Amino acid sequence: MNPNPSNLSNLKKRIIACLDVRDGSVVKGVNFEGLRRAGDPAELATRYNVEGIDEVVILDVAATLEQRRALADTIRAVSAQLFIPLAVGGGIKTEADADAVIEAGADKVSLNSAPLADPALLTRLAGRYGSQAVVVAIDAKRDGGRYAVFARSGSTATGRDAVEWAREAEARGAGEVLLTSIDRDGTRAGFDCEMTAAVSAAVSIPVIASGGAGTFAHFVEVFTTGAADAALAASIFHYSEHAVSDLKEYLSEAGVPVRLVG
Amino acid sequence: MAGPAIALIDYGAGNLTSVRKGFAAIGAALVTPHSPADLGGVRAIVVPGVGHFQATSPLGGEWKAAILEAAVRGTPLLGICLGLQWLFESSTEAEDVAGLGLMVGRCERLPPVVKVPHVGWNALDFTRESRLLGGISDGAEVYFTHSYAAPVTADCIAVTTHGRPFAAAVERDHICGVQFHPEKSGDVGLQVLRNFVTMCQ
Repeated sequence: MNPNPSNLSNLKKRIIACLDVRDGSVVKGVNFEGLRRAGDPAELATRYNVEGIDEVVILDVAATLEQRRALADTIRAVSAQLFIPLAVGGGIKTEADADAVIEAGADKVSLNSAPLADPALLTRLAGRYGSQAVVVAIDAKRDGGRYAVFARSGSTATGRDAVEWAREAEARGAGEVLLTSIDRDGTRAGFDCEMTAAVSAAVSIPVIASGGAGTFAHFVEVFTTGAADAALAASIFHYSEHAVSDLKEYLSEAGVPVRLVG
Repeated sequence: MAGPAIALIDYGAGNLTSVRKGFAAIGAALVTPHSPADLGGVRAIVVPGVGHFQATSPLGGEWKAAILEAAVRGTPLLGICLGLQWLFESSTEAEDVAGLGLMVGRCERLPPVVKVPHVGWNALDFTRESRLLGGISDGAEVYFTHSYAAPVTADCIAVTTHGRPFAAAVERDHICGVQFHPEKSGDVGLQVLRNFVTMCQ
């Protein structure tokens, strides 16, 4: 079911680019020929922006505290030239962590493991910055008839179900759900539309689908069958210089409402 | 920039870094007044804000009086997001909190026939010519994130539809407001900020 029939809303489906950043550089296969400094987050974000990306997520994959210090500089550099929403995730465990990235220029913080251990953190952050700034990131994989939630980059089973956790996170103040299929992540086999639709139907807040994007057709599927409000991908945007604008034209022709730039 | 600056009112409703960066990108200097008395000589006033209408309660009392006084003197005023809603009389989100009341009407929650909150890029449908949206194409898309919205009245210059049509932008003389986030709406949003700064000159 389309939650936004065109006569009731002109809201567009969002395309979000994820930049996996470590120590100030994008670490996932970035190979634009035209880039002077391949892997520079600000340069890549600017390029995606020109192509019509709707939002950017910086995912900090820093392994050490020292590398983490580079994050604020990266956020500052990206947000100085990016006037679209910017979310930052990866290792945000406390209000002080959230303060640091928001102070540097992030509009939203994305939290994964920390609120599973301390769900009230969502409420405290929503109280401080508003729910629109709080994204709950849920990593889940199929387990029989349910969707098992994992913490710590998919390494720790939590015993929770994605639909139930999404509902609780919404009630506690999260403003969006970033739902990643562990089964599909990195496979390029398509988003888990069934899981996305199940979570999307359970909450009123937007659901961002992630994990498995391999073709433009996969995006059409997740916006229709999957009832996603937004879709996030990383590597698919790296293969050609016009991937974002090409994708949006493809979606528009397929009848998916998107923002077309230029 | 020479001359008095534009005052950004920080009343604790959300983070203002992005708004500051948006104005900085178009070369406009902002100051953050510490008390209502500081509004005396400013060139214009920006009221930002996100979240619950209750969060505007610190704007009651002396702040409200000072902002009204400045508006009466002809100081341009721009409300952003919750700041636009505050220009109206009230909101069903917090019945006991009065708005500024320069715009007539009450803000109400968007109907649950669509997903609420309304988050993402949506189209502006112009209702008339305006200064705030000058140089922007009718139908341009901007970034929203909100659950409550202001009614469509004679002051409305652009309508957006999500569940129902609501006031996406308002303008009456030098009083303006936008429900969307101009600092997060790409080139279209920066043009809105530029237009407001032009109105201040």
